[in-house]
Amino acid sequence: MASQPPTMLEFDDIQHIVLTRVPAITGRYEFLSFGEPSRGRRWLAGIIEKIESAQAAAARMEAQNRWVSVAFTWTGLRALGLNEASLASFPEEFRQGMPARWQVLGDTGANHPDHWIEGISGPELHAIAILFARNATERQRSTQEHQAYLARTPAVKILSSLDIDAIPPFDYARDHFGYRDRLSQLEIEGTGIEPTPGSGPPIKAGEFILGYPDEDGPPVGLPQPDILSRNGTYMAYRRLQEHVGAFREFLRTHGDTPEEQEWVAAKLMGRWRSGAPLALAPDKDDPGLAADPQRNNNFTYAKSDPYGYATPLGSHIRRMNPRDTAVNMQRRRMIRRGATYGPPLAEDAPEDGVDRGVAAFVLCASLVRQFEFAQNVWINDPNFHELGNDRDPIIGAQDGTFDMTIPKRPVRRKIRGLPAFTTVRSGAYFFLPGIGALRYLATLSESGR
Amino acid sequence: MNVPADAGLQPAAMAIPEEGYFQLEQGRYGPIFPRTPANYGFTIIAKIKPGTADAIRAYGKVLEKIVRDDPHAFAVLQLHYLRWVLFNIEDKTFFMYQGIFDTDFDKYTEDAVALFHTLGVDTVFENLEEFPADWKTNVPAFIKFVRDHQCPSFLEYGEYPYAPSAEIKKALAVKRALSVMLDETQ
Amino acid sequence: MSPDDLSGSTRRAFLGSATAATALTLASSAGAEQTPTMVHGPDPTKLAQLKTNPAAEPPSAPKPGDWTKPSAMAIPKEGYFQLEQGRYGPIFPRTPANYGFTIIAKIKPGREATVREYGGTIEKAVREQPDVLAPLRLHYLRWVIFDVGSGPHFMYQGIFDTDFDKYLEDAVALFVKTGINTVFVNLEGWPDDWKTNLPAVIKFFRDHQRPSFLEYGEYPYVSADEVKKALRVKGALSAMLDQMQ
Repeated sequence: MASQPPTMLEFDDIQHIVLTRVPAITGRYEFLSFGEPSRGRRWLAGIIEKIESAQAAAARMEAQNRWVSVAFTWTGLRALGLNEASLASFPEEFRQGMPARWQVLGDTGANHPDHWIEGISGPELHAIAILFARNATERQRSTQEHQAYLARTPAVKILSSLDIDAIPPFDYARDHFGYRDRLSQLEIEGTGIEPTPGSGPPIKAGEFILGYPDEDGPPVGLPQPDILSRNGTYMAYRRLQEHVGAFREFLRTHGDTPEEQEWVAAKLMGRWRSGAPLALAPDKDDPGLAADPQRNNNFTYAKSDPYGYATPLGSHIRRMNPRDTAVNMQRRRMIRRGATYGPPLAEDAPEDGVDRGVAAFVLCASLVRQFEFAQNVWINDPNFHELGNDRDPIIGAQDGTFDMTIPKRPVRRKIRGLPAFTTVRSGAYFFLPGIGALRYLATLSESGR
Repeated sequence: MNVPADAGLQPAAMAIPEEGYFQLEQGRYGPIFPRTPANYGFTIIAKIKPGTADAIRAYGKVLEKIVRDDPHAFAVLQLHYLRWVLFNIEDKTFFMYQGIFDTDFDKYTEDAVALFHTLGVDTVFENLEEFPADWKTNVPAFIKFVRDHQCPSFLEYGEYPYAPSAEIKKALAVKRALSVMLDETQ
Repeated sequence: MSPDDLSGSTRRAFLGSATAATALTLASSAGAEQTPTMVHGPDPTKLAQLKTNPAAEPPSAPKPGDWTKPSAMAIPKEGYFQLEQGRYGPIFPRTPANYGFTIIAKIKPGREATVREYGGTIEKAVREQPDVLAPLRLHYLRWVIFDVGSGPHFMYQGIFDTDFDKYLEDAVALFVKTGINTVFVNLEGWPDDWKTNLPAVIKFFRDHQRPSFLEYGEYPYVSADEVKKALRVKGALSAMLDQMQ
């Protein structure tokens, strides 16, 4: 039965990860496989109480030490026993899974799924259990608790795990290259939270959460039944290794002084590593600006910087969010979650070959329209903004044959043959159900309904 | 019509009456079709003789090679773009010749006929129904065939309207030279 | 023949050079004339040479970026050389005529005049806001109504700079905004739920696309933005030189 889409967000049914950031500095991802549907359902039934809704998480934030989220691949939904008709109602790209979409996403060369690690590229990947923990002690305790639980739920096995850790100091989130992160945040209509200046108007919930009107109107084509899709969303997992040594070497090659090196780093990203946007601080870094949420995202491009003299046309942030130089932007936004992994590389230490990077999630209501579009059209199209031979310098598929164009007066600068600073090591498409949907899945009967 | 001074600077669209022209102006072989923001052009559609689709398709390779060997083989036609299509409507197959160019219809057709003859590709047209049997000696009949099978547009749009391809190529050369010069001074 | 000679070409000049070129190219019509069959293909012996004689390999074909040499490309029946996956289906390759499509669809009975009126609608929309069609990244657009014996058909010819897949959602959003979409409701096969069913709209375009088997570009692979920039640069340079007089 088709129900009227709710006008108010059902905070008590949406998993917390969609709407909240929690005060966690560590965590762990566990990729699971269900040997047998009833076992998988039993595991899920036992873990549901640990999965907090956005409302519960907000209420208990101070006292809580760990936060759990659970999501499933398409083969995972089948492995839980979901019936074929429901399975068929999920979108094409989700059913194919991320490895099969390598060509769309530009995962070529070293980024190709054939080279992925973690052992999760096949149909046996059924679920991810995401743990965010306030500190390392809590992570260890929760991990042991889960191990003990799994020992009691045979036929549910861990394919692989990944510990995530924020990089110190913990004043703000940063990645291994030293860039400050999480400065551009969208806000969803109905949460009551006002976006910071420059972050764009609040966006209709249906762009990120199934069952609500989106920017085009009432929701259509939702997976069936309603109870399963309501308050759920899709989640693209991407694990990117960050080649810190290569990145630092590149800065040293293209900048003679530390100031010049910072300038090059800023031109690649579109922000100084402090987080200050080039659009507002084109010549010199401004850490005070970076720290001020009322100012650090308050800029546009079309009138103030159409040729990219401040923020290069192909820089990372300008590709990921073209702001007022692209049409249909309200339909192209994404929620980002996730964290860094691996030990930081000390500033003067040489590359040590240790695997470090970001293991991130992109949440959106349509993988093909939002996540895949950004990857295919903004990140990996060499002709973005008519640049000709430029891909995203930070996360584009770089093989040494692409350039970085830095508009500059009198003469633009073109750095040729960018090395790859990141490599895709793993990825998957998940469906993140609402709390009620989790209960529905945990209590599927033998007939899959 | 003369190329306006601001040619190519603002996209423009033009709706065209059913006959293909606004007022009848007689050319040597029939009414003159006006220049639009998409310059001059035609869309010739003709039914193909049964069983000839593959032979027609093979001419794609022929033309590809001709142009590769001599990129300026089609220069006199003052083309921007050319597309050859084979398509079906119900169970019949049609050949379509889309061209966008800078010379008017009559001049183009004569030049095209002569050029195709020289390059040896005029035989592709023999696979079209109603193509005149005496086309080799009867150029006006060839031209009449083309005109009879022309399907005029009722709307044409150009992003850089009225800019002739020669002008565009010159402009690209100028920009390229400037670009190289700037890169060299880095 | 260098590009600069073009404007001075006379028929005699081009015939002369073209004759020289035919030394390497395929049959003159003399051979084909004798063929008794109805099917007229290119001289088979010469065609075979094309395929099997690498020594006859021509000078290197222009690569994207080399717009100085006009270029032609023959395209396989499916519309692509090898299957490359786009977000919504196979990608049709970039040719010397960039990207493009030829959409052909039958007009619903009695709607021909309605369709034709849209010519005026679009002309007006572009006149009022010249960059209204910018998201489509067009070079040229032509709308044709034709009848080859099966009733009036609508044809949408477009030459543009983005592959079919990339900006389809933006194109549909634009169609809705400018009212262009309402032309399509007059075509047979257009999905009734087009407003909410983007995959069905995309399927309509793909199903009604007629791929070319040959495409030619005089300034191959150059985007419309590049053309416009070049024209502006040349214009600015001319103006500057005028001021220096």
